[in-house]
Amino acid sequence: MDADIKVALVGNPNTGKSTLFNVLTGLSQKIGNFPGVTVDKKTGICELPDGRHAQIIDLPGTYSLYPKSRDESIVFSVLADKANPLRPDLVVVILDASNLKRNLLLYTQVADLKIPVIIALNMMDLAKKSGTSINVDILSEKLGVPVVPISARKNEGIGGLKEAVAFANKIALQEETIDVEVIAPQLIAQIGDELEVDNPYMALQIAHQHETLKFLTPQQSDRVEELEQEHSFHSQKAQASETIARYNFINDLLYDAVTQKVTAHDETISNKIDKVLTHKTFGFIIFFAILLFIFQSIFAWSAYPMKLIGDFFAWLQFSLHQVLPAGPLTNLAVDGVLGGLSGVMVFIPQIAILFGFISILEDTGYMSRVTFMMDRIMRKVGLNGKSVVPLIGGFACAVPSIMSTRNIENWKDRMITIMVTPLVTCSARLPIYTLMIALVVPNRNVWWIFNMQGLALTAMYVFSLISAVAVAYVMKFILKARERGYFIMELPVYRMPRWKNVGQDMYQRAKTFVVQAGKVIIAISVILWVLASYGPGDRLAKIEQKYKQPQYAQHMKPDDLHRAMASEKLENSYAGALGHAIEPVIRPLGFDWKIGIALITSFAAREVFVGTMATIYSVEGDAEKMESVQQKMAAAKQPDGTPVFTVAVAFSLMMFYAFAMQCASTMAVVYRETKSWRWPAAQFAYMTGLAYIMSFITFHLLR
Amino acid sequence: MRLSQLEVGETGIVKEFTDLEMSVKLMEMGCLPGEEIRVSRIAPLGDPIAIHVSGYQLSLRKKEASTIILQ
Repeated sequence: MDADIKVALVGNPNTGKSTLFNVLTGLSQKIGNFPGVTVDKKTGICELPDGRHAQIIDLPGTYSLYPKSRDESIVFSVLADKANPLRPDLVVVILDASNLKRNLLLYTQVADLKIPVIIALNMMDLAKKSGTSINVDILSEKLGVPVVPISARKNEGIGGLKEAVAFANKIALQEETIDVEVIAPQLIAQIGDELEVDNPYMALQIAHQHETLKFLTPQQSDRVEELEQEHSFHSQKAQASETIARYNFINDLLYDAVTQKVTAHDETISNKIDKVLTHKTFGFIIFFAILLFIFQSIFAWSAYPMKLIGDFFAWLQFSLHQVLPAGPLTNLAVDGVLGGLSGVMVFIPQIAILFGFISILEDTGYMSRVTFMMDRIMRKVGLNGKSVVPLIGGFACAVPSIMSTRNIENWKDRMITIMVTPLVTCSARLPIYTLMIALVVPNRNVWWIFNMQGLALTAMYVFSLISAVAVAYVMKFILKARERGYFIMELPVYRMPRWKNVGQDMYQRAKTFVVQAGKVIIAISVILWVLASYGPGDRLAKIEQKYKQPQYAQHMKPDDLHRAMASEKLENSYAGALGHAIEPVIRPLGFDWKIGIALITSFAAREVFVGTMATIYSVEGDAEKMESVQQKMAAAKQPDGTPVFTVAVAFSLMMFYAFAMQCASTMAVVYRETKSWRWPAAQFAYMTGLAYIMSFITFHLLR
Repeated sequence: MRLSQLEVGETGIVKEFTDLEMSVKLMEMGCLPGEEIRVSRIAPLGDPIAIHVSGYQLSLRKKEASTIILQ
């Protein structure tokens, strides 16, 4: 749908901007990416009272047009770049009425760019509660813009806001807020002349931000730099005097428009909650209890829907095989593509659950307390207070956890979190660990209560967390920070979560994952399927011929025959050939070519390992029949008669899976979150390298 | 006296900043000269701290707080 008017939402973080966006656009919203950065670009369509349609774009929350991070720099570049397709005709600035002074700073900056603007005054009820009364008419008159009081949460005043958008002026009529030109008179005039910028504040902003603005040519940027030298312009000093001037203007304005009753009861509810939630001991206990609950829920609540999704696809594949004519094309579509699709869909429950929780934690304001409490420990190892949630979520699955790193504002902290999260023992490693441990660790108790197998499994979990932290610590020194790390962060007052937002968040995240990471996962799954289903020359056809011969067909049960054939086919497929080919490389780790095949087929998803082992050792190809796989594997002998799966081999293999990046979904998500193949490639390289080294050491220590 | 030296519950009035870059950000967040600041709590591990300034709660690391000089 073509929009008649483009409207941008601008406001501080925690002002209810996303709630307003949701209210205005409903389900018409689309999440994309701003080019070059990993900030969600949320757009949607809103029908106006006069029947026209407005395209609403939700710009990242910021306290000022001077960006503290790359994400925040989007706001100015969208507003200023005339060629940007998103450049709005109208800006709706959302102000938190309970915190008007600080919120107005951003308004005065946007207003001075002389783009038509409307104020949506949100959270009037909160302001009233704290004894602040705002005279909307005076505010509107003094600023020269429509001011619409709304409550985005309660869906109040939205009609009025839509009307104001519909009747908004096409030209900016707002009053000047401060005299911008006194800050750098000659510089502003000259930039205005040479770059043809008619707005003095735009010219001043260009002077400040020219190095990062993409719409300036290198020549223009260099010229601005020259002019700055010429007029000895000092960016930070100029910003400081501008901010002070703006706050003087705001103080004058509020003196007339706002009356503040002096409140006797200083102790707010929020403060009382904080006393408990950020308490020295209770704070941590509550936090870890919440984490444990989230972690348990991702496991427990997703198990059933995941099984349903898996069963549905298995049924679909089975039925399609019955209906469609047999042949390579049907196999490709049903086993390759549908198999891959099933591998994508199966993540939806975990993603939705984790994001439901994160949305609640963010919405209530608790997440910033987590950052507040954990910052000191996490900073030491190069992480951020907010890294705790992805790391713990990693115990369930790295895919949603990596998606959740978006709320880490600092680029370096976020990258390190993304790089180390896949090291945490995810649920897909569990079947491999249980199989290996059951194979070599005796099932008996030590010190009465500790089961040795349980201890071994716990050790693997703890070890994974330690290795993630250790790698983060190393990366702290390797990665260069792109921006100076600030911690200055608002602690918003506690609020009830908005359930509609939570639901929308869950839906949008799941959709984004399926649409964007899904393509990569399906592609890799299809490639692996081809490798495992086809072989060089006519070897596979010969195997089929062989098993059709009467001595096989008559003396074996159909199931056994089928399994024996599948096993031999896999051995002779391209994957089998690759398994043989990599044997010299993995021999030092104690692995033979059969394990090599499993390593290759489980490249896309670790859990495939058990299934592949089942096929190779030709037991019923079902991961649930773990015991029979285990028996076969325990009985497996090397040509010289020694068992294949010794303690050394089993632990070496566990170490390999603990470190290796055997997950196409994670790589696809890392690509999506970093917008570059360099990161998943680097991650794959370092993890595989570590896996090799750790397996090698383990094998040779235990041998 | 620096902001980082205040105990929980104590107040002070911002006089000036020792770090220009930090001061720009702090002023944007409402920590302006002449503004009253109250330390509302300190994180369980001693850093960062949370302050009450111009009507809301802001958290910052001790190192950052030490760039704010109080009257």
